[in-house]
Amino acid sequence: MIVELGHFALILAVAVAAVQTLVPLVGAHKGWRNWMDVAAPAATLQVVLVAFAFAALLWAFVTSDFSVALVVANSNSLKPWLYKLTGTWGNHEGSMLLWLLILALFGWAAAWFGTDLPASFRARVLAVQGSVGLAFGLFILATSNPFLRMDPVPMDGRDLNPLLQDPGLALHPPFLYLGYVGLSIAYAFAVAALLEGRVDAAWGRWVRPWTLAAWIFLTIGIAIGSWWAYYELGWGGFWFWDPVENASLMPWLLAGALLHSAIVVEKREALKAWALLLAIAAFGFSLLGTFLVRSGVLTSVHAFANDPARGFVILALLAVFIGGALTLFALRAGTVEARGAFATVSRETALVLNNILLAVAALVVLLGTLWPLIAETLLGRTLSVGPPFFDRAVTPLMVALAAALPLGALLAWKRGDLGRSARILLPALLLALALGALAWAVGTGRTILAPVGVALGTWVIAGALTDLWLRTGRSGPARLLRLPGADWGRATAHAGLGVLILGVSLHLAWREEAILVVPVGGSFEIGAYTVTLDSVERVQGPNYVADIGHLVARRGGAVVAALDPEKRLYPVTGMTTTEAAIDSGPLRDLYVVLGDPQEGGGYAIRAYVKPFTAWIWAGSALMALGGLLSLLDRRVRVGAPARRPAPATPPAAVAAE
Amino acid sequence: MKGLVLALLLWPAALGAVEPGEALTDPALEARARDISSELRCPVCQNENVDDSRAPIARDIRLLVRERLLLGDTDDEVRAALVSRYGEFILLDPPASGANLVLWLAGPAFLLAGLGVGWAAVRRRAAAPEVDLSPEERARLDELLPP
Repeated sequence: MIVELGHFALILAVAVAAVQTLVPLVGAHKGWRNWMDVAAPAATLQVVLVAFAFAALLWAFVTSDFSVALVVANSNSLKPWLYKLTGTWGNHEGSMLLWLLILALFGWAAAWFGTDLPASFRARVLAVQGSVGLAFGLFILATSNPFLRMDPVPMDGRDLNPLLQDPGLALHPPFLYLGYVGLSIAYAFAVAALLEGRVDAAWGRWVRPWTLAAWIFLTIGIAIGSWWAYYELGWGGFWFWDPVENASLMPWLLAGALLHSAIVVEKREALKAWALLLAIAAFGFSLLGTFLVRSGVLTSVHAFANDPARGFVILALLAVFIGGALTLFALRAGTVEARGAFATVSRETALVLNNILLAVAALVVLLGTLWPLIAETLLGRTLSVGPPFFDRAVTPLMVALAAALPLGALLAWKRGDLGRSARILLPALLLALALGALAWAVGTGRTILAPVGVALGTWVIAGALTDLWLRTGRSGPARLLRLPGADWGRATAHAGLGVLILGVSLHLAWREEAILVVPVGGSFEIGAYTVTLDSVERVQGPNYVADIGHLVARRGGAVVAALDPEKRLYPVTGMTTTEAAIDSGPLRDLYVVLGDPQEGGGYAIRAYVKPFTAWIWAGSALMALGGLLSLLDRRVRVGAPARRPAPATPPAAVAAE
Repeated sequence: MKGLVLALLLWPAALGAVEPGEALTDPALEARARDISSELRCPVCQNENVDDSRAPIARDIRLLVRERLLLGDTDDEVRAALVSRYGEFILLDPPASGANLVLWLAGPAFLLAGLGVGWAAVRRRAAAPEVDLSPEERARLDELLPP
């Protein structure tokens, strides 16, 4: 019964989305205020209905209702409750419903936070948001309905893929979707502005917090996924340039570009047409990611819900939304005039360079991802494009970005002085060169990755600190705490990028590896550590059987860490997983994986020392934190009750802040 | 868009690839073997390199690479032998020849085009007369952004 109610709520939500699309659009066109005012309540009603539908599906999963086909395919009565819950979105249908829920949540948030927007503009934004909800709601009902029943009802379910039975599933997809779908708001703002025929400084101010929020969520989502792959897949890689990883990287790069160019729109009323285009493209890349994952056109490890029919529908939606928006852009972009003039050496120019590098990186990743498809259809060649290509194509762009960043961030608006910025940054430069030389000296010298990475990372971090220091002006460090959130945010996010660069380059350059057979009671050396395999025991888990190895790592005789890697067999799916044992430290991770028992006795063991791995996650976290600090700057928040005589916003909106 | 969730899905479960018995005794040769096999795609897996894959065919390819290296083949000869057997699909690093040149040159071309367009735009803005906000816009901005 609850499942049917959920199904019905979803159908109602689609009907409400249709109303939310059409009525405010007509109202805004004709200037009918009461038609425009339909948008906000419709957005609220839509979120209530979709949330109810999603809750019904959660209920079916948690109670293991095996009359629902989706639950049978993805759950099992023995599974721990957390994975019953997260299994709701560990599949195509459920994850699309989560996508729709987040879309509705953003629409609702835009309605409440957007009370300061001009009425017609707000109506159009919500109408565009409603149209995306309408299209994807219909898509779910027509091709991917999660509520279908099964007859006869089986005794038990086929279980969720064991690799997905991990806390990572609770966080990674929801954060990624918050990011992807958050970009729909930037898209809605762009299309609404084109419909209005008006893009001004205020547009930049409105669109930036939404882009920033989406970018923060994407950063967190990608980092969690990367971390999950690192500890779950068993050899300590963190990025594989898989097509679907690329699909999340491209919108992240474009959102990064957009949140920088929105600053220029806001402060200087330049780059307006470009920012509009980026807003459309960023959401376009989100939809493209959806298409790539769910159509199966590309050979990917993520091949999961491969259904060409669904893929075709998503491609059609992509064509309608992005093609439509770009047509509108072509017709109206001429009316969007740049106003602010700036010198060739200025903050504006630096941000143009930032945007060029990020956009080119996104395009290169796009071409590399689609190239096998292009080569096969146009040239009849079956080929692969893998990590070696992406590493070589993207790294130079990121090096250029990191090299230019500290200089650009110090330039003044309108007219900067490159020589002055360079002089201020001289200590940062010297520090970077010194640490780079140190990395060269202590490293094996086999690769230039470590010294270049260390120098660049240090340069970016020291540059960010210099930037922060300069902002305090003559009043000294006392002013540091009173600086606006935006200044702290900028410095923190930029420093985070530097930390990330350090972590990635040292992790790759200085890793050590040992692959060998170890008898129980035997020892082996890796790096500065001596690791002993004390015992291996068999343990019964809730829905798996595990072999657990007990290892101890010592350094100079002193015990450093106890490491207990597991190898699990899940009988329902017949799959095995490895649970690596990782001893994380600020300077290195010790990573041990238990392999198969060997014929001559002993176990295969793979062990790694992965230097500075924690810096990869710390850098990502700092970038997200920087975004958050910037978002909390009260000047940035849309709808902040800005010294108005009467509170124009209802209490609910204030509470929501 | 499912990100890594799905990355995990078809990953052949369990421990990665290179097994203890496979390694060559000569460390220099073994290092070359690892470099080559980490840039080869496992033909039956979804998107994994031969070095990381647990599939039996990946093991065969790893052993083949080592066999050829022991016979004195250069890295390129090893790769050529594998391409003639398994096709171009096996190379994760697409050779920069023929139509693939489009792929390899696209990055530099995009960058040059971007810099060119960007430079033209910047020059145009530098030459443009300064227009200030209209009074209404200024008032609107002040309303949104308390000074």
